[in-house]
Amino acid sequence: MGKPSFREGLRSFLNARYSLESFSKLFKEKQVPVHRHSLWYYLGGTTLFFIIVQIATGILLLFYYRPTSEGAFESVKFIMTKVEFGWLIRSVHAWSANCVIFSAFVHLLSAFFLRAYRKPRELTWVTGCFLFFLLLGFGFTGYLLPWNTLSYFATKVGTEITAKVPGVGPLLSRILRGGDDVGDATLARFFSIHVAMLPLLLFFLMGIHLLMVQIQGMSWPPSFDSGEPRRSSESGGGPPSVPEEKKNRSIPFFPNFFLRDLVVWLTIFGIILSLSVYFPAELGQKADPYQPTPAGIRPEWYFLFLFQTLKFFPGHVGPFEGDLLAIVLINLAGLGLILTPFLDIWTKRGRFSPFLILGLLGLLYVIAATTMALLAPVH
Amino acid sequence: MQSGKRITTHLLLLAIPCLFLFCSLASANDTCQECHQALGGDSEKLVENFAHDVHALRGLSCVDCHGGDPKDSEMTAMDPAKGFHGHVVRNQIPPLCGSCHSDASYMRRFNPNIPTDQYTKYLVSQHGKLNAQGDQKVAVCTSCHGVHGIRSKTDPLSPVFLTNAPKTCSQCHANAAYMKEYQIPTNQFEEYHQSVHGQALLERGDRAAPACHSCHGSHDASRPKSIAIGNICAQCHALSRDLFVHSPHKAAHDRMGLPECEVCHGNHFIQKTTDAMLGTGNEAVCMQCHKAESKGFQIAHAMKNSIEELKTSLSDAETVVLKAEHIGMNVDEAKYDLSQAKNTLTQARAYVHSFSDQEVQSIAEKGKAIAKKANGGGEKAIEAFQFRRKGFWISALIIALLVLGLLLKIRDIEKKDPDA
Amino acid sequence: MKLSRRKFLRLLLGGGFLAFLGSAIYPILRYLLPPAGTEESVSSVVAAKVGELVPNSGKIFRFGDKPGLLIFTEKGTYKAFSAVCTHLNCTVEYQSASQGIVCACHNGRYDLNGRVVSGPPPKPLPEFRVTQRGQDIIVSKEA
Repeated sequence: MGKPSFREGLRSFLNARYSLESFSKLFKEKQVPVHRHSLWYYLGGTTLFFIIVQIATGILLLFYYRPTSEGAFESVKFIMTKVEFGWLIRSVHAWSANCVIFSAFVHLLSAFFLRAYRKPRELTWVTGCFLFFLLLGFGFTGYLLPWNTLSYFATKVGTEITAKVPGVGPLLSRILRGGDDVGDATLARFFSIHVAMLPLLLFFLMGIHLLMVQIQGMSWPPSFDSGEPRRSSESGGGPPSVPEEKKNRSIPFFPNFFLRDLVVWLTIFGIILSLSVYFPAELGQKADPYQPTPAGIRPEWYFLFLFQTLKFFPGHVGPFEGDLLAIVLINLAGLGLILTPFLDIWTKRGRFSPFLILGLLGLLYVIAATTMALLAPVH
Repeated sequence: MQSGKRITTHLLLLAIPCLFLFCSLASANDTCQECHQALGGDSEKLVENFAHDVHALRGLSCVDCHGGDPKDSEMTAMDPAKGFHGHVVRNQIPPLCGSCHSDASYMRRFNPNIPTDQYTKYLVSQHGKLNAQGDQKVAVCTSCHGVHGIRSKTDPLSPVFLTNAPKTCSQCHANAAYMKEYQIPTNQFEEYHQSVHGQALLERGDRAAPACHSCHGSHDASRPKSIAIGNICAQCHALSRDLFVHSPHKAAHDRMGLPECEVCHGNHFIQKTTDAMLGTGNEAVCMQCHKAESKGFQIAHAMKNSIEELKTSLSDAETVVLKAEHIGMNVDEAKYDLSQAKNTLTQARAYVHSFSDQEVQSIAEKGKAIAKKANGGGEKAIEAFQFRRKGFWISALIIALLVLGLLLKIRDIEKKDPDA
Repeated sequence: MKLSRRKFLRLLLGGGFLAFLGSAIYPILRYLLPPAGTEESVSSVVAAKVGELVPNSGKIFRFGDKPGLLIFTEKGTYKAFSAVCTHLNCTVEYQSASQGIVCACHNGRYDLNGRVVSGPPPKPLPEFRVTQRGQDIIVSKEA
């Protein structure tokens, strides 16, 4: 017994003032299930990692970026050409943006197909859906900020579609654009939304989402449910549905899963770096609102399926306008997604759920629509 | 001209009864126009365009050239006693026009700035000289300006408007049958049309380009003497001529009576200059006069070398800069330098007319230096690009090592405590 | 001295982690250091400082990848034009003696309104806007 180490001293200092015991207990006992579908557990972490990268590179970019129509393009050009490693920071930000949405999407899919939304994790699912929509919002608002031809016209098209929403559409479009057309006002709003409004919402929702995951622990696939979920008394009345006999089929989060997480994070970081070096972000041409819309303008890949869906609907379907119908259907689908935990009564009863079929069809549709939009001839 | 007079006489005879009927009803102002219009046919053709005639617009009329009585609606209007001299004989046309147009004090009431030397000039022109000898085919005032419907030369519809002028000259000068007895070539318009000047003026409507009269003169049109050609080209190509005059070629051309610019560039069929015209090659114009190994030959060779070297360094620099741009690096400064370097090529080509290999060489050296700077800028950009890739591999190595370490650690931990 | 497996692992992890940290922090620090030049605008540039030019003189400056001409006239006003001659793209210059703009390549001449006075240029020189901000003379393309 000698002098307590620095770590121990710090711990007892904090513990005497703030009860850290419950926290550290949570962490020490956090288990990650090991089974056929364990691989999917990494996706929440990768999404979190990409978000951290975005925040870091985003803050760095803020040092030089200027959100006005005269200055935006020039400031990005400055970052790309004059600032040391500016090209790297910007390219990482651009690539990681695509990756965060892809990762979040796959995370959503895995949670959906593994039915992680079942009781008691319904709200985790709901906050997760909103987080996904937030990320899409980040993508949409961020895309305008470089103020080049592609981003200007993609935003124009995007906000025009908003105007088609029944009732509030034109008002919504005006609020988004800050006026009748995409311009300085739009840039100012999009910037504020992108760096202030959405990040605050993100922190808030992510806080809830992560807290709920920590409190409830990781979800096991439905095949492991053996009737009633049992309460584990040893863990202080905490996480339910961790079947006792499954304990040896899980690994501790600390340090085992955490180290694995690090391996994955380092690998994806390496991938982002290689993408940024070999395929750096494009500068493009400065946006010129007075030029005609160039041919082949289309939104980012993650919005393509929506774009394509609008195209599928004919001008009029019965008494309804085609676009209107499409928007209503898309919104209903979104709502359905959010409410899945409550709508999927089959999973609740432990039976085969048609939601799996619905989900599969939905996924296939999204892939097909995106592919079609990508392959469409430029006209 | 004889047949024309006969037709007019026939018409008049046929129209006498009509005249009595119509002219008696005519108002007293300008009976010439009114009767002629009423008569129709060829008679009407004489006056149909008169409304926009530059003379009519200034209050002049038929009698001011033809004489007679404009207020008389009878045939007696055309009484020689009243000054009527009807159809004007061809070689009387220039003096007739000149009777007003050479009178400065008369002309100033219409336009104080209009030249009044046209008739004087005409008399020294080739057309004027032949006309004075009684030639009936050669051009007179009305041949180019028209008659009875004359438009100002600033009017785009006028046959002497700059872009129309070459066509007007070619009416006679490109007509081989018409020009047969004069024994001069008739391919000038064709050649001119294919030349840089013709293409500029006739195809692009660029009115900075010369028409026939810009070099030959209009009223004093004739073939320029050799001694005058350089001065004529210098009206526009001042710098080239200036350099030429200060070069050894001037004295040589004067001595040999050579027509300066024309020797290398031609006259009507002037083509866009190329670098092949310079030097000692097959298409080089220098070799027309300079024998192999002569001083002129050596200077031509040296100038050609300077320019070719400059072109090489420019194209090398451009390749590098474009490559850097293509791989996504920003090369604005290098492109700026490159455009400045290209300017020196244009300048060097102009300074060929100094026929001094030192002058051309000094410009080429300047250009090569700037091209080198541009080249350097491009290479720097490519280096930066490659540095990024090298840097990346170092980072990738670090990440790989770290991943390896982590994997080993995981294996370690789980070997000790197999609850995985 | 042979490294034990544990020590080797610690070295690898520790060293790797430090190297990783270094390779991440170095670019970020360099990034945060503001670069030497000012931000280059595609639509405006600082062409000169007040007092740099004497009356009846001109200066060539770089505007993106093309040259521009800044003139401080006899009367004390600033004028700026594209310095790319409209004939064959040579760079023009200001001639104090004639108080005009001349292109050395083929003797094209422009007046202080950019209009062609003589020589081969087919079009006038595009004029730029000049504003003064503090000690900077700023030239910008017409809005």
